[in-house]
Amino acid sequence: MKKVTTLLAASLAAAVGVANAADSITVVSWGGAYTKSQVEAYHKPWMAATGNTVVSEDYNGGLSEVKAQVEAGNVKWDLVDVELSDAIRGCDEGLLEPLDINDMPAGADGTAAADDFLPGTYYDCAIANIVWSTIYAYDSTKMENKPSTIADFFDLESFPGKRGLRKNPKANLEMALMADGVAAADVYDVLGTEEGVERALAKMETLKGNVVWWEAGAQPPQLLADGEVTMTTAYNGRIFNAVASENKPFEIVWDGQIWDLDLWVMPKGAPNKEAAMDFIKYSTGTEALAAQASWISYGPARKSSASLVGSFHDQPDLKMDVHMPTAPNNMTNALQNNFEFWADNQDQLNEQFNAWLAR
Amino acid sequence: MALPAYAGWGERLWYYTFRFLCFLIFVFLISPILIVLPLSFNVEPYFSFTPGMLAGDAEAYSLRWYRDILTNGMANPEATTGWWADVWNNAQWVRSMRNSFFIGIFATIIATAFGTLAAVGLSRSEMPFKKSIMAILISPMIVPLVITAAGTFKAFSLFGLAYTHIGVILAHAILGIPFVIITVTATLVGFDQSLVQAAYSMGASPLRAFFKVQMPLILPGVISGALFAFVTSFDEVVVVIALGSVEQRTIPRQMFSGIREQISPTILAVATILVIISIALLATLELIRRRGERLRGVTPT
Amino acid sequence: MTTATAETIDDALLKKRLDKAMFRSRLRAFLLVSPLLLFLFVAFIAPIGYFLGLGIWDSTFHNHMPKTTEALRDWNSISEPDEKMYAALVADMVVARENRTIGKVATRVNREKPGSRSLFTSSARKAAKLEAPFKESLPGVKKNWNDIAVWQAMKTASRRLTPGYYAAALDLKLNSDGSFQRQDEKRRIHMILMLRTLQISLLVTLFCLFLGYPIAYLLATLPARTSNLLLILVLLPFWTSILVRTTAWIAMLQSQGVVNDLLVYFGITDDGSRYSLIYNKLGTLIAMTHILLPFMVLPLYSVMKGIPPSYVRAAKSLGATNWTAFWRVYAPQTIPGIGAGAILVFIVAIGYYITPALVGGQEGTMISNTIDDHMRKSLNWSLASALGGVLMIVVLTLYWLYDRVVGIDNMKLG
Repeated sequence: MKKVTTLLAASLAAAVGVANAADSITVVSWGGAYTKSQVEAYHKPWMAATGNTVVSEDYNGGLSEVKAQVEAGNVKWDLVDVELSDAIRGCDEGLLEPLDINDMPAGADGTAAADDFLPGTYYDCAIANIVWSTIYAYDSTKMENKPSTIADFFDLESFPGKRGLRKNPKANLEMALMADGVAAADVYDVLGTEEGVERALAKMETLKGNVVWWEAGAQPPQLLADGEVTMTTAYNGRIFNAVASENKPFEIVWDGQIWDLDLWVMPKGAPNKEAAMDFIKYSTGTEALAAQASWISYGPARKSSASLVGSFHDQPDLKMDVHMPTAPNNMTNALQNNFEFWADNQDQLNEQFNAWLAR
Repeated sequence: MALPAYAGWGERLWYYTFRFLCFLIFVFLISPILIVLPLSFNVEPYFSFTPGMLAGDAEAYSLRWYRDILTNGMANPEATTGWWADVWNNAQWVRSMRNSFFIGIFATIIATAFGTLAAVGLSRSEMPFKKSIMAILISPMIVPLVITAAGTFKAFSLFGLAYTHIGVILAHAILGIPFVIITVTATLVGFDQSLVQAAYSMGASPLRAFFKVQMPLILPGVISGALFAFVTSFDEVVVVIALGSVEQRTIPRQMFSGIREQISPTILAVATILVIISIALLATLELIRRRGERLRGVTPT
Repeated sequence: MTTATAETIDDALLKKRLDKAMFRSRLRAFLLVSPLLLFLFVAFIAPIGYFLGLGIWDSTFHNHMPKTTEALRDWNSISEPDEKMYAALVADMVVARENRTIGKVATRVNREKPGSRSLFTSSARKAAKLEAPFKESLPGVKKNWNDIAVWQAMKTASRRLTPGYYAAALDLKLNSDGSFQRQDEKRRIHMILMLRTLQISLLVTLFCLFLGYPIAYLLATLPARTSNLLLILVLLPFWTSILVRTTAWIAMLQSQGVVNDLLVYFGITDDGSRYSLIYNKLGTLIAMTHILLPFMVLPLYSVMKGIPPSYVRAAKSLGATNWTAFWRVYAPQTIPGIGAGAILVFIVAIGYYITPALVGGQEGTMISNTIDDHMRKSLNWSLASALGGVLMIVVLTLYWLYDRVVGIDNMKLG
């Protein structure tokens, strides 16, 4: 009898051991070129180092799936790449596991993580990996004059053709105001008032009927390539990659860019917490962030990664630093997405935006 | 309605105009389905006919999108050994297909078993509250899918059934039930209850009487009900979106996100395969119908 | 044995036995149906009831802010909030912050008073350090706590049974005193969408009728062999996946699609100005008409097949013109088929989700898509539920109508 028990215990331990040796975590991100950059810079080396596997899933942002899974008591996702306002909101609603910046490894130069990460890139439940930006881009072969300012995007007379916009008030309203002459620094003050929202929507009204709405980050380059639109807002990295890897004749206009963070969050009750934690540590390390920057033009959230940022992975001549949202030349008229404003006003602005769309 | 020999020119004109109109409507019905077939062999990643295709150039056609169905998601498409095992385990579309069949078959079994039993009860003349019960049993077909999806998601969550195969199967079984009820009760309309009475009087147990007397006669209805239930599950998206995670992803679910995000001709290739499957189903159904009519002694119309 | 009394007893006994036998056979019939009824009740009807209940029952605030709820109960909504209320609020916020439920509370109140989310989340962060009197210290964190509207919003949120979501679904606003007013014109959306849904469904039903009637007539009057062949052309789309058909319409109608290519080829339009046929209302109408057409053709066909040709012949022989014979004699007999097809198409159309989501663009989306949006994007299940309730009422009314006109037991497939 005792022998049987020992045997059982041994085989159980073996089974658990096997499970430990080959954890599989589900990492959810925004798909397309962005997910590819993460697969190359984070997933593959991490899998090689630990023997674990990463199942990669795509989504279009938002908290709905996380909320649904947590409330269903059946969480499938281990890590999710989210925007800042969603990270804050999810944390407040108890949908996310707390993450401690002090658990993160020090930078390659030995700086403690809390100092190595850029200010404002870590929170109670979220650690940032990159800085990205919403910009607008156009197909240079189809434009006679070159647009250069955010106002040009809203100027149908000088720059005729359809526009692509994300089906979401976020970034659209800010851009509309900047195009209408509001200085970047004042945008959220203006948008905080009833008249400000009206003004933004009135500006957008000038484009209505000429808009193709997109939802997934992979769509805008496709819309440009298919000729469905002549200009579209987009995530800067997606346009960069279409140019760098597929030789598309797209140009980015940085004037009026709205930059934001992408952060890792762990849904509450994630099935493989330990492995997921290990993945966060690995993927937000100095080298991994710098490596990611060789696949897509998003800026690393660590200071120590900046000096390691080199050129595009298969084109040594293509220096990445000038294509980052944080490059000084691109920052002349830039706006940081105000997460608190959006956490506060998202519901109501969504409602108003949808009502405007339906009219 | 052949044109009589004495028809005047007005009648003739109307006759041909009407035929032409009907022809156009049939074109409307069938052309989108046919257009998918050649486009799925397009060598270019577009949804339109290239000049090469129109010229009948063999170079303009390829099987690349069909290959993509097999290779997309594979761990190692270039491997020389274990290629098919890799396809079976990892290729996205193949996994979706496995899920679709798994969920569809079990949902069909549940819907058919419960539905046939209930239809037999419903067609008995002694059945109380017949109309109201019928109304309830048909209602899953009427309730908007979004509401069914939301309700089952919320309630199944309480029992840990959300994001499980069982949850999706149960929800799909519900959606299939009305079809089984309708088809089986339709075959029972002409059923002579005295046949069962006769079986009883000769000493058959109710179970034996059902399987030996009633079942063979309603079998065509049961099978076509089962086919309807299967197709309902096989084609359903909204409930899968709500109740399923990536592990329960079915073919229509995969197509839905594909169309929404990055529309590639792979979807057309999948669509072509589905069209072929539906032709096969239609043929099966037609054969069953003919057999059923022969059995019941109804002359085909 | 043959006395009068014995006969009476026998009669009574017989009747009793007969009743018993009847009861047994009724019971047996019912038992056959009961497993399915039970299954449907547990897995379908109760869940839908539960979901629809979310639209009138919201216990978020009540559960997570118990002391505040208690304190607000006696408040008259007008007078200045007293220290007791402030103290209850701070105590609740400390607990809610620890339990990470403050975000839920903030979301709930934010629905009543937009822009108050961060008031709750940021004040809760500091609540534990606050000292009495809270009437002074809490507004020190954020001065909005002096705003009586915030307290009124909390009072509204603290009621568990609330008509607020149904009001929102009807574009009404619930005031803190319980009265309703119409939503600001710029925020009215749901009634617009509901009307649009009805409009699209109605148009689709009409298109289906106009397209379905001629071919059903053709099928019913052709010889069996030909009509069986043509029937396949109706049944094949019916059996083809909705996703396949929607994809097919995208390939047909998009700006680089087959239809536009043909138009350019025939010189009807030039390459630069291709028509927008999809991702708008037109796209939804075309694709939905195609998908629902068989639902119209099949009932029409089965009714028309049962109409004896001799009626029309008799009318003609009595001197009616072709048109009169058709309009006065044939058409009235097809009304049951029109009713069955039209109501069925309308019911299915009104709850449609997939096709408008994929080809509807902005102006072609319907109420189902909005319900879905509220569940996935704004995470407002309560409003989704209220909108679902309104949709259910419409659908159930139509279902009832269908039963009256056609009879549910007369529903046929293929």
